[in-house]
Amino acid sequence: MIEFNWDWAFAWEVLPLLLDACLVTLQATLFGSILAVVTGLILALLRRSQSKAVAYSAYWWMEFIRSTPLLVQIYFLYYVAPEWGLNMSPMVTGVIALGLHYGAYLSEVFRSGIDGVGKGQWEASIALNLSPYRTYRDVILPQALRSMIPASGNYIIAMFKETPQLSAITLLEMLQLAKIMGSENFRYLEPFTLVGLIYLALSLVASTAVRQAERRFPKEGFTLS
Amino acid sequence: MSEFAIEFENVTKKFGDNVLFEDFNLQIRQNEVVSIIGSSGSGKSTLLRILMTLENIDGGKVLVNGEPLWHRLHNGIWLPADERHLHRMRGQLGMVFQHFNLFPHMTVLRNITEAPIYVLGQSRESARAQAHDLLRMVGLEDKAEAYPAELSGGQKQRVGIARALAMKPSILLLDEITSALDPELVDEVLEVIRKLAAEDAFTMILVTHEMYFAREISDRVCFFDAGKVVEEGPPERIFNQPEHERTRAFLSSFLKAPSSNT
Ligand SMILES: Nc1ncnc2c1ncn2[C@@H]1O[C@H](COP(=O)(O)OP(=O)(O)O)[C@@H](O)[C@H]1O
Ligand SMILES: [Mg+2]
Repeated sequence: MIEFNWDWAFAWEVLPLLLDACLVTLQATLFGSILAVVTGLILALLRRSQSKAVAYSAYWWMEFIRSTPLLVQIYFLYYVAPEWGLNMSPMVTGVIALGLHYGAYLSEVFRSGIDGVGKGQWEASIALNLSPYRTYRDVILPQALRSMIPASGNYIIAMFKETPQLSAITLLEMLQLAKIMGSENFRYLEPFTLVGLIYLALSLVASTAVRQAERRFPKEGFTLS
Repeated sequence: MSEFAIEFENVTKKFGDNVLFEDFNLQIRQNEVVSIIGSSGSGKSTLLRILMTLENIDGGKVLVNGEPLWHRLHNGIWLPADERHLHRMRGQLGMVFQHFNLFPHMTVLRNITEAPIYVLGQSRESARAQAHDLLRMVGLEDKAEAYPAELSGGQKQRVGIARALAMKPSILLLDEITSALDPELVDEVLEVIRKLAAEDAFTMILVTHEMYFAREISDRVCFFDAGKVVEEGPPERIFNQPEHERTRAFLSSFLKAPSSNT
């Protein structure tokens, strides 16, 4: 029989430290998501460009990013980019890697959300002579947003769960810290279990929030004043 | 100003290998009210969509108030219109759609003020004041804060008309604007168009299946068939003494089944 000898004292000792490290995880997720939303939106718009060359470039960029492992991209930015004079801290590297990686996924979500808005809305915008900027900002995106929420939310939660990969470039996030604590104290059970539980709790909270956001979002969309 | 609001000169329009218009010609005078009738697929919507720059052309020229719509002159050479040229030309045209195409997430007021504020650069106050005037004109002054989903079809279409008028076009394009409405809601929309036609301040092209209405308000009626103007003239003549067999067949099919051909 396998023996579980859970040490409460040790668990209580490492928990606050892990929660501190969790802030690093959350920070990487937050800034990574912001970057992902921005690059996703830009890619989605580029793919709708009149210029075939631009649209194809955006498409191939997306395919390329989605077809290579996140870890390879992280290593590339961390170890290869400095050879081109691009020196970035592990956190900045991590945020950029997560942002670009998930931006490629989000672009597909945004694109299909935009495609879901009826042709008549575009035609009315042209007939009213609205600029492309106004058309997207005031007419198309507000209506596309609702359908984008669930899938975008799931990708951001997935990103959150991928942050341990940043431990590979020495970012001191939760998993990295748990590993260090484990090896220093010769006890892995408590740190790793706690990391798992923290991820579980936050993922559950986040997916509930996504579901709420979708439910609360006005069915027709809304526009900024 | 040019004598003609609209001129089609030898226009070609294809969809893939399908040629819809070939050597198509049509002239519409300033402030003329022209009804276009004809069976489904004859090219009526495409004509309006070319004018609204929703469809481009494959040959010939379209002039709006004497100026080419789909071409611009650059150092003595005609080039395809760029976005800037189209933007400038579109200001002269307004369109009302069969399915309204209102912005569902905006109030009626915002639907009407969006373009005047962000395209014409009107102040919020003046755009709103104008919108309220237009809503009064179409009989919906109490619906400014409603959302399109809260309106009946007839009300939606009256908002659609107000929204187009807010941009002060000189040419109004109306594509079967009562076809999607329940019969009892048709009149309230036609009433608004009747008023506009009486003002004699717009050039209007209306694609319609409301034959009595077309007859009442048009200066001229054009019967379309397979991308050609088969017959045109004053409404009395077209409706009372159509010359062409196909016009007669079309009109009699309408008398038999007034609502089957949309
Ligand atoms: N976007 C399009 N792609 C391909 N064919 C089209 C398109 N729009 C219109 N057509 C074709 O052009 C013809 C005229 O269409 P339309 O102008 O809508 O006719 P109407 O309004 O008189 O019913 C039809 O045969 C239609 O199938
Ligand atoms: Mg049509």
